[in-house]
Amino acid sequence: MTLWLMAGLLFTPLAWAVLTLLMNFAWGRLVTWGGIVVQVLVSLGLWLIVSRDGGFYYGLGGWQAPLGIELRVDGLAVTFVLLTAVVASACGLHAGVYIDPDKPWHRYFWPLFWFLWAGLNAVWLGGDLFNLYVGLELISLSAVGLVALGGKAGALRASIRYLLAALLGSLAYLLGVALIYGQFGTLSIAGVVFRLEEHAVPAGSGLALALMVTGLALKTALFPLHRWLPPAHGIAKSPVSALLSALVVKASFYIAARLWLELGEPLGSLAAAQLVGLLGSAAVVWGSWLACRQLELKQVVAYSSVAQIGYLFLLFPLTYSVSESVSLQAQQGVTLQVISHALAKAAMFLAAGNLILATGSARVDALTGVSRFLPFSLFSFGLAGVSLMSLPPSGGFAAKWLLLQASLGSGQWWWLLVLLAGGLLSAAYVFRIYRASFLESLETDEFYHPPRSLEVIPMVLALMAIGLGLVSAEVLSVMALPFEEEGSP
Amino acid sequence: MTLTAWIPLFALMTSMIASVVIFALPEKGYRLRTGVNLGAALVKLALVVVMVWGVFRGVDYGLSFTMVPGVTFVLRADAFSLMFAGLSSVLWLLTTIYAVGYLEDSPNRSRFFGFFSLCVASTMGIALAGNLFTFFLFYEMLTLSTYPLVVHRGTEKALKAGRTYVIYTLTGGAVLLLAIAWLHGVAGDLPFREGGHFTDADPDIQGSLILIFILLVAGLGVKAAIFPLHGWLPQAMVAPAPVSALLHAVAVVKAGAFGIVRVVHDIYGVEASAALGLLAPLAWLAAFTILYASVRALWQRDLKRRLAFSTVSQVSYIILGISLFGPVAAVGGLVHLLHQGIMKITLFFCAGNYAETLGIHRIDEMDGAGRRMPGTSLAFTIGAFGMIGAPPLAGFITKWTMGSGALAANMDWVIAVLVASSLLNAAYFLPVLHRLWFREPAAGWPHERRWGRLETSAWLFWPPLLTAVMTVMVGVLASLPFSPLSWAELIVLREYSS
Repeated sequence: MTLWLMAGLLFTPLAWAVLTLLMNFAWGRLVTWGGIVVQVLVSLGLWLIVSRDGGFYYGLGGWQAPLGIELRVDGLAVTFVLLTAVVASACGLHAGVYIDPDKPWHRYFWPLFWFLWAGLNAVWLGGDLFNLYVGLELISLSAVGLVALGGKAGALRASIRYLLAALLGSLAYLLGVALIYGQFGTLSIAGVVFRLEEHAVPAGSGLALALMVTGLALKTALFPLHRWLPPAHGIAKSPVSALLSALVVKASFYIAARLWLELGEPLGSLAAAQLVGLLGSAAVVWGSWLACRQLELKQVVAYSSVAQIGYLFLLFPLTYSVSESVSLQAQQGVTLQVISHALAKAAMFLAAGNLILATGSARVDALTGVSRFLPFSLFSFGLAGVSLMSLPPSGGFAAKWLLLQASLGSGQWWWLLVLLAGGLLSAAYVFRIYRASFLESLETDEFYHPPRSLEVIPMVLALMAIGLGLVSAEVLSVMALPFEEEGSP
Repeated sequence: MTLTAWIPLFALMTSMIASVVIFALPEKGYRLRTGVNLGAALVKLALVVVMVWGVFRGVDYGLSFTMVPGVTFVLRADAFSLMFAGLSSVLWLLTTIYAVGYLEDSPNRSRFFGFFSLCVASTMGIALAGNLFTFFLFYEMLTLSTYPLVVHRGTEKALKAGRTYVIYTLTGGAVLLLAIAWLHGVAGDLPFREGGHFTDADPDIQGSLILIFILLVAGLGVKAAIFPLHGWLPQAMVAPAPVSALLHAVAVVKAGAFGIVRVVHDIYGVEASAALGLLAPLAWLAAFTILYASVRALWQRDLKRRLAFSTVSQVSYIILGISLFGPVAAVGGLVHLLHQGIMKITLFFCAGNYAETLGIHRIDEMDGAGRRMPGTSLAFTIGAFGMIGAPPLAGFITKWTMGSGALAANMDWVIAVLVASSLLNAAYFLPVLHRLWFREPAAGWPHERRWGRLETSAWLFWPPLLTAVMTVMVGVLASLPFSPLSWAELIVLREYSS
């Protein structure tokens, strides 16, 4: 049963992708609605089974490790599968109303959307390095295509830049994978771990890990490799920006985190861990600072992603040679940060899209007086902002709390400053938007009310981001389920 | 779970739900919105009364669940929470009545009342929080929900004040979070408990405890407007009068003071705080704030700004009271939490009435206003005399109790502070009263407005008179059961006996 569900998660999106490729926009939308229902049900089913029975591990397609396709699912993976289902279906539903069906090239939105979803699931469920790479490429290519759908010349330029960054990242990752295969003769992560337990660490395998992590950091837009992200996320259509910021960058981070947690102790070093943490901190400060200085609403949100991604990389120093309980706190904190940022940022981009639709301008100062109309979207934006500022009771706050505890517990007090300063800096750019919306001006404003369906979707996501903090103990309990190492080599 | 577990949550939810409903109502739904507002305020008041009776008899109202691994969300009603909850729910009712009149015909009322209810929900949460983590949750929610009220008018000046407010309070919040997280790391999840947790603290962690205490007080001191963290309060006076009245005179500054009392009494414990040498510096700081802000108040020409500096000064009485290390002084400090709220809200209501009815904002415009608005001016006079500490009004009870507490604790210098502060209070209030009653009015009021049969709109007329009557009553009837003084004695009895 589990195997079928997992296979369903990988192959049905591909089927929808091929199907929608043959249709125009309106039919594609119809198929997508059906597809979303199926996908959500399957994801939910897998989540229910895993939260009851724990994780599973499979070799697929008759090929056994080291070369075959391995699938694994544990509490963390299934949480991300469900998160993807929630965010992607929200973006898909929003896009169905938001995107103009008359532009002929927009019909490619649906196939790209489904390829993206398939790639994401492949990354969450993949067990070996090469299939993770395939999933990653599927994600990158469809994401680049989605950015290019923006249609304007700027969108094309941004997508080319994105493509170059993504390819470079893949190259570095692939090189690392090749080195690992050369040294260990297997591509399965579990296999590498197994071999490291038996034998000494081969020379140069630290380099392999460094190459893979660097490539993935480039794809995750870790400072100073972040320059491709704001143009791409800022110029894409709002539902696309939401998908990219909420899910796509998380996929490469997920792989990096898994590599680090499995291989970091034997192959990494304290200096490397601290360096990654330092870069993450720099991202928090620099991204927030630039977010404060952007003139366009979506650029603010995009730079905020650069900053928020920075927090994720605190995982590296906070799990390297620390006690078991501190490492667990750090992992839980980062997981919550991934989830809450995904929900909040998707809500924020979708709401920003609505606000741009409503005011007819992409600029921050066009928001003058918007709060007078009491638009739903501004509320959603504000609530998502609460989570980004990591104020209680949001998921962002719970994440920050756990990271604070982990920093205190491991004696690495310098991350405390980053966490606290980061919260204040994000308040600076979020309150800049609030401020603009509360300003009263004498000009008569034009305000167009977007359709209700567009407004409800970001609100739902924002409320989930806020409510996550209240139920984070339950969410994390699924993550901590025992993983049954069935058929590990 | 029985009903007693849920009552605190219900009390919290009434204003939360009211807020959501009000946001959803159309701007024009005036009657319905007023109905929801007043209805929720009454329901909440009733729930608080039920809890007051229950806690008096020793019922334990509480509810808790694990929120983040290792941390619980706790709502619990004890005697001290109900003091604050009672204050905010009584005054919420009156302020809602006042605000309905005050904002008549102005734009964005739906937004205003929505956030207003959210503020009161946060205050309620602060009152009922059962540990520092839960306290922090609502403390930050209060910051967020007051911001839209401070900037309500949307002018450049209001936005600038809002900016100052947010910078101060969010920074304070960050410091507070650091302190709470650190304390959690050192000592685990500590519920508020009478008598505190550190009576016999491990000597190894004493250094950390002292540092954490300083951070906690610094974080809470921003909202409590302790010198030098008070800068936001006078600026925030650009907000509409009901906001200044309820939030700045009562909810926000009291949240800070309430938090400091919680830390001293229910986390560290009075004895432990004194043993760690933390109370004496706190008392000096409070005393200095009292005098400094009173002196600053003398020079303010804007009525609301003078009242704001008076608030800065008066809130520190609470902190002074609890840091004197003696039960009698603590009673004086705690009772001032209520007394100052009632008196100050009277004064702010009156200031709002002058501004809305006659267009008076500055003190030198107030000449002869007593004849034009006798009811409001009577309320103002009572409030001002209460602040000065004239018997038998509320302020007298505070100062008397605190004075005897200081003598009992062998801290005679406090008497000097109390006397000096009363003289300063008189120096900045009596000239205003003199102008009100004994000067000839100028040729015309800056911006007069006729409003019904009374001297001003009935919505604006009755609330200050009611609170003025309360100012007299809590003083005269101080020795009856359930008076603020008796309730404060109950709290202190439970604190010092454990």
